Amino acid sequence: MGAQLRVYKRRIRSVTATKKITKAMEMIAASRVVKAQRKVAASTPYATELTRAVAAVATGSNTKHPLTTEPENPTRAAVLLLTSDRGLAGAFNSNAIKAAERLTAKLEGEGKEVVSYIVGRRGLAHYNFRERKVAESFTGFTDEPSYADAKKVAAPLIEAIETETAEGGVDELHIVYTEFVSMMTQTAIEARLLPLSLDEVAQEAKPKGEILPLFDFEPSAEDVLDALLPRYVESRIYNALLQSAASKHAATRRAMKSATDNAGELIETLTRLANQARQAEITQEISEIVGGASALADATAGSDR
Amino acid sequence: MAAELHVALVAADREVWSGQATLVVARTTSGDIGVMPGHQPLLGVLESGPVTIRTSDGGTVVAAVHGGFISFADDKLSLLAEVAELSDEIDVQRAEQELERAKAEDDAEARRRADVRLRAATAAR
Repeated sequence: MGAQLRVYKRRIRSVTATKKITKAMEMIAASRVVKAQRKVAASTPYATELTRAVAAVATGSNTKHPLTTEPENPTRAAVLLLTSDRGLAGAFNSNAIKAAERLTAKLEGEGKEVVSYIVGRRGLAHYNFRERKVAESFTGFTDEPSYADAKKVAAPLIEAIETETAEGGVDELHIVYTEFVSMMTQTAIEARLLPLSLDEVAQEAKPKGEILPLFDFEPSAEDVLDALLPRYVESRIYNALLQSAASKHAATRRAMKSATDNAGELIETLTRLANQARQAEITQEISEIVGGASALADATAGSDR
Repeated sequence: MAAELHVALVAADREVWSGQATLVVARTTSGDIGVMPGHQPLLGVLESGPVTIRTSDGGTVVAAVHGGFISFADDKLSLLAEVAELSDEIDVQRAEQELERAKAEDDAEARRRADVRLRAATAAR
């Protein structure tokens, strides 16, 4: 076999192996998307009930709480960025990071100091490489986040917002995550989580203009709100983590699908080239034989004389 | 038909139980509270403790609830808990082991959790 042909054959073999791997990754990601979507759906009843409860307190009392009061001139803002631990997901992580950077620039433009909290190794690596300060980071659970993970992420954030700004606390909490719109569409979005606008929550809880009854609070409206708001923040972060996980798997699936398609195309091109090389080799061999035979014939014809 | 209330026991990551009931007893921070149909709208903070639901068909459902909220309005009652387990989901042996370990390590939080589990499991029997 000619050297050229051997090289082509070897490349075809290696691309075929790669294609098998990307195909497998595509199928794994596809099954994980479904699982992640199911988790999002399973967490919805809790989130809805919690939103209703917060709305009930908001409309039923005039309680003031550090998590709901707008500071007069906010000077420090926390940004929580949700990325994934692993790559191979197309533009998933870079989109989220870009959105966070836009938000950071906007907040700094408003004269606020930004404190970054990061979930996922990818985002952390990005910030570390640029030697930016990260207040706290969380890794190791982005593929399948549990409620305990959400609590772990929420705890330092709630603590920071309850601390006075002068003592190292923050005034605002923003979250940047990738919203799972559909299998084909995932968009990086930013949202302000705290301070919570109670009116907005009330709007969200009763879109049909339904009137919430006057609740009897046990033990008191303040205590209920005290216990309720951290849970609300946790549940929102949990939901964002789940959506981000579902989006990541969907992005991986899409990236791996195009990798598989590209590998298929490459194999086709390489097969064509290999065939051409084989043909060229055969043609060359024939012409060598014919040339050799005629040279031999010429030589014998000469000796006859 | 006797008056009924619709109960939904929801944990952070799943709906644990839902159905019709005639009475729900839960432990709030200011003491046990029983809710029957027609109760005044209520929103309370729950303590770790067993929740007893008397269903419309005469049965009893007991669940161990670790923190959360009870909210009642329009004959719809929701129990929100970060962690909630039905009594038949509780592994008594494991809970006992956990209780022993918590006692040994003097971990008040774990001890209370295991205690609540055990009480819920035995209450159902």
